[in-house]
Amino acid sequence: MQLRTPLYECHKRHNGKLVEFAGYLLPVQYEQGVIKEHLTVREKCGLFDVSHMTELFLEGEDALKNIQKIFSNDFAQTKIGQVKYTTMLNEDGGIIDDMIIYKFSDTKYMVVGNAANHEKDYNWIKSHVFGNCTLTDRTSDYAQLALQGPASTEVLKKLTDESNIPAKYYTFLEGKIAGMDCIISQTGYTGELGYELYTAPDNAVKLWDELMYTGRDFGLIPCGLGARDTLRLEAAMPLYGHEMTDDITPLEAKLNFSVKLNKEDFIGKTALEKRMESTRVLAGFKITGKGIVREQNDMFIDGKKVGFSTSGTHAPYFKYPIALGYIDKQYSAIGTKVVFKVRGREVEAVVTETPFYKRSKK
Amino acid sequence: MEINKDMKYSKTHEWVKFLDDTTALIGLTDFAQEQLGDLIFINMPAEGDEVSCDTPFGDIESVKAVSDINSPVDGIVAEVNEEIAENPENINSDPYGSWIIKVSNITEICDLMDADSYERFCQEEA
Repeated sequence: MQLRTPLYECHKRHNGKLVEFAGYLLPVQYEQGVIKEHLTVREKCGLFDVSHMTELFLEGEDALKNIQKIFSNDFAQTKIGQVKYTTMLNEDGGIIDDMIIYKFSDTKYMVVGNAANHEKDYNWIKSHVFGNCTLTDRTSDYAQLALQGPASTEVLKKLTDESNIPAKYYTFLEGKIAGMDCIISQTGYTGELGYELYTAPDNAVKLWDELMYTGRDFGLIPCGLGARDTLRLEAAMPLYGHEMTDDITPLEAKLNFSVKLNKEDFIGKTALEKRMESTRVLAGFKITGKGIVREQNDMFIDGKKVGFSTSGTHAPYFKYPIALGYIDKQYSAIGTKVVFKVRGREVEAVVTETPFYKRSKK
Repeated sequence: MEINKDMKYSKTHEWVKFLDDTTALIGLTDFAQEQLGDLIFINMPAEGDEVSCDTPFGDIESVKAVSDINSPVDGIVAEVNEEIAENPENINSDPYGSWIIKVSNITEICDLMDADSYERFCQEEA
């Protein structure tokens, strides 16, 4: 089944090249292409339709208790208006999904997860909810637009009062943009300053058009899934199904910051404590040979298999290819040389620090 | 979409421009570059390699994906275009001016389309 987001007509109008992603028809790119879109987000700003993301609400007196039990991060000290990244683990300590959680009040939280895991997430949470707490799937109540890039704040200032714009990373406010009610969140998946805007589906096209029109003066262009992937990869942000799966732990994925083993019990904690000594770890690779490493290319040192890639692409900002992948810990030191087997050929690479790209804070 | 009247076309979106009866330039069509998106890397064959009909002689990477480049003829690689190997994005901007390999000693030509048939073929694929 191919679902359309509320912004489908905008994608058609901008000549987006539509592909199916997690059941939705979404643009992989628009007319200017992935490289141009990518660089525009690094230098100015881009607008993405991310309406496919899942919005689940946990509400009730016991909402916090449920969140502490179901997710790996610690929300005990989380304030209203704060957003927090977390993983959700199975009993074996593997990752079911990664998500960000918004705290609206002591009794109301919004969980935003990956579209590809929509049903899996809902069913898992549903089967573990306890006490006075209800789970509601409000994915179809929201369109989500991601305005990303250094000029994003300037664009928003033209369309809303500055007091509605969250000043800190991973915080959010509720306010009107161009007269439309929105959740305005300083979050994103590009490694740049940016905002994610949630609004009712009926507002989506108007919000898109207002942003595009106002943004033109700041260099804003529409951007597709292709640039979203290359941007997140340069920032070494993990993607579910690639760097994270049901049998990879968040510690292997270097997501230690999202796991608080010293908080009260949570699902997956016991298993995770037994898997602390895992032999594999996620690492970044700069490709020094000729070729593009993609996902699931085996990695060798002196003919011995030491790992595999999970994502790889040409990095438009650096103008050379990069990859993420799992490597035996003993070989994971920065500077270690490896060889990837790519379609029968050998492509050389070197273990590199991540993130590959880190924005300069002005 | 642009189509060059002086060329022949394969179903896998390569163009062939014959320089004489047994020598031709081979490249990728405007339709192909449009479908692939920003091109970033080509795996070239070596000079002297044999190429044969509908068989990959190399592959081309866009930001998002990799795709085979098939030979539309049987012959021998006389020259690879080093400039395109260095700057594959030139195919995006000028697909018909950007030959990838020159093939000589052509002994067989695959089932190719003229410009009009190729245009119809692309309309059906789009």
